[in-house]
Amino acid sequence: MAIDHVPAGTRRIGRYALLLAVSFLVLFPIYTMVVASLKPGDTVFDRPLVPDSFTLDVYRDAWTQGRLGRYLLNSAVVAIIVTTCQIVTSVLSAYAFAFLRFPLKNLVFGLFLATLLVPLEVTLVVNRRTVDSLGWLNTFQGLAIPFLATAFGTFLLRQGFMQVPKELREAGEMDGLGHVGFLREVAVPLVRPTMGALGLFSFLATWNQYLWPRLVVSEKDMNTVQSGLRLLQSADIDKPNLVYAGTIVAAIPIFIVLVIFQRQLVRGLTAGAVKG
Amino acid sequence: MSATIAASSAGLRRRKGETKTAIAMLLPSFVLLSAFVIYPLIRAIILGQQRCDSLGNCRSNGWDQYIDVFRSKEFQKALWVTVRFALITVPFGLVLGVGLAVLADRYLKGIGIFRTIFSSTVATSVAVASLMWLFLLQPSIGVLANIGWIGDLFGVVKDPGLLQDSGTALASVAVSSIWANLGFTFIVVTAGLQGIPKDLYESAFVDGAKGWMRFTNITLPMLAPTLLFASVVLTTRAFQAYGEIDLLTRGGPRPQDSTTTLTYLIYGQESLISGNDGLQAASAVLLFVVLLLLSALQFRGFGKRVHYGN
Repeated sequence: MAIDHVPAGTRRIGRYALLLAVSFLVLFPIYTMVVASLKPGDTVFDRPLVPDSFTLDVYRDAWTQGRLGRYLLNSAVVAIIVTTCQIVTSVLSAYAFAFLRFPLKNLVFGLFLATLLVPLEVTLVVNRRTVDSLGWLNTFQGLAIPFLATAFGTFLLRQGFMQVPKELREAGEMDGLGHVGFLREVAVPLVRPTMGALGLFSFLATWNQYLWPRLVVSEKDMNTVQSGLRLLQSADIDKPNLVYAGTIVAAIPIFIVLVIFQRQLVRGLTAGAVKG
Repeated sequence: MSATIAASSAGLRRRKGETKTAIAMLLPSFVLLSAFVIYPLIRAIILGQQRCDSLGNCRSNGWDQYIDVFRSKEFQKALWVTVRFALITVPFGLVLGVGLAVLADRYLKGIGIFRTIFSSTVATSVAVASLMWLFLLQPSIGVLANIGWIGDLFGVVKDPGLLQDSGTALASVAVSSIWANLGFTFIVVTAGLQGIPKDLYESAFVDGAKGWMRFTNITLPMLAPTLLFASVVLTTRAFQAYGEIDLLTRGGPRPQDSTTTLTYLIYGQESLISGNDGLQAASAVLLFVVLLLLSALQFRGFGKRVHYGN
């Protein structure tokens, strides 16, 4: 109650001060690493919090010696393949569940949903054996193919398709539009925002994968950024700040993606929370 | 009459056409999910009762291998480490996420910047976040160890180091994990807050409810579905934690294996069962069962409270 008598201006300053203090705490780990990555190798550990020198040498070394460019490329290739394919396979199966009548529909849909319950950790033991027996260790197909379909995406897009008014489908039928035509001309444009959310979600999930690349990659040049960072960390003991620069560079692409697609991210992350 | 027959056979033909289209559309997802989710699950359940050598040749060892694995000292210990890890990361993660979201849920000039900052850790992958914390936590060369007063006040920071001391290692990994998940929790809770109808607060204001009372009587109950979702996700993530362990402690310090969680027991390179697909599969299937039970429990526990607000 007493707080009501504090002048509004003072309260606002107090809130800003609190926001600033919390922001400082949240950003602290990022700040220290950026500062460290900009220092020349031998001075990293004196006064670690003070940005008293500035050199991009370490970044150049991380890029060339650390093979970071190659790792980023690998991550981008895998993430783009997985994202594109997940959108395509999800759109197709979601359309079938939303617009088509066929036998055993509920059973098949239940089976799709059930796969959502299965954590990655259970399937990876066998998936590694499968990928190994196909000769796909250390290949892009080995990194990508187990993840090309997603029940989550199917479910998300089915929800979107269900909101397409029935009248539109009927009007499409009158115009002689078959299912493929209707899918392409009407349904897909209507769920584009949901597709964007799914795409962003898939991209992030794939880009951030850590365990799978650790299991199927043993050749240095097939590492993704995540498993590559592990390599940098364990290899270059004499150049600790190579790792710091590498960490920053690995974070930048995702940071840019998130700044651009903030809205879709919120949509994707909260898809299960608000309506569920 | 012939007209009805013609119409219904046309309908039947269209039905058949629809089935064909459906099969064609479902095929890609169905084949991929069967090959990389359903088959591996079934195969893992079968593998779980087999013993394998390092070449991958397996022979049956009986279904009670599951019981043996579950009762083994290693599994029990890893399960306990995982439960403790979850008991630290989930409650603290939720409280901090809600705190940040409530703090930023005001119309203030520049609040967008603070929201971006609070969501920023969502941009860090597990490898990036873990390496940042490794840099902070390492003894002698880490940041915290080189901030004079911290090193003086808490000796463990310098020797043997927070990640190297069996008493502090798990909590230190947990802190890194809480930080990395903070952006996610913040975003989800912020969206939940914005979904609370404003007139609820207005009528509460008329009734004289303020501050803390408003928070416990309106905000929390209305957030229940969001908190349920976040806690299920955070618990699952805790039980699947691998990258932070692999980068920060490699399951150590040994011999206590203070940070060998279930997932690290299964997939860690230094793990006892690495290379034995049968034992790995058995542990993985048991992990799956534990996770299913936990999610069911959370849904029941929270479920009672979800509609409390109405």
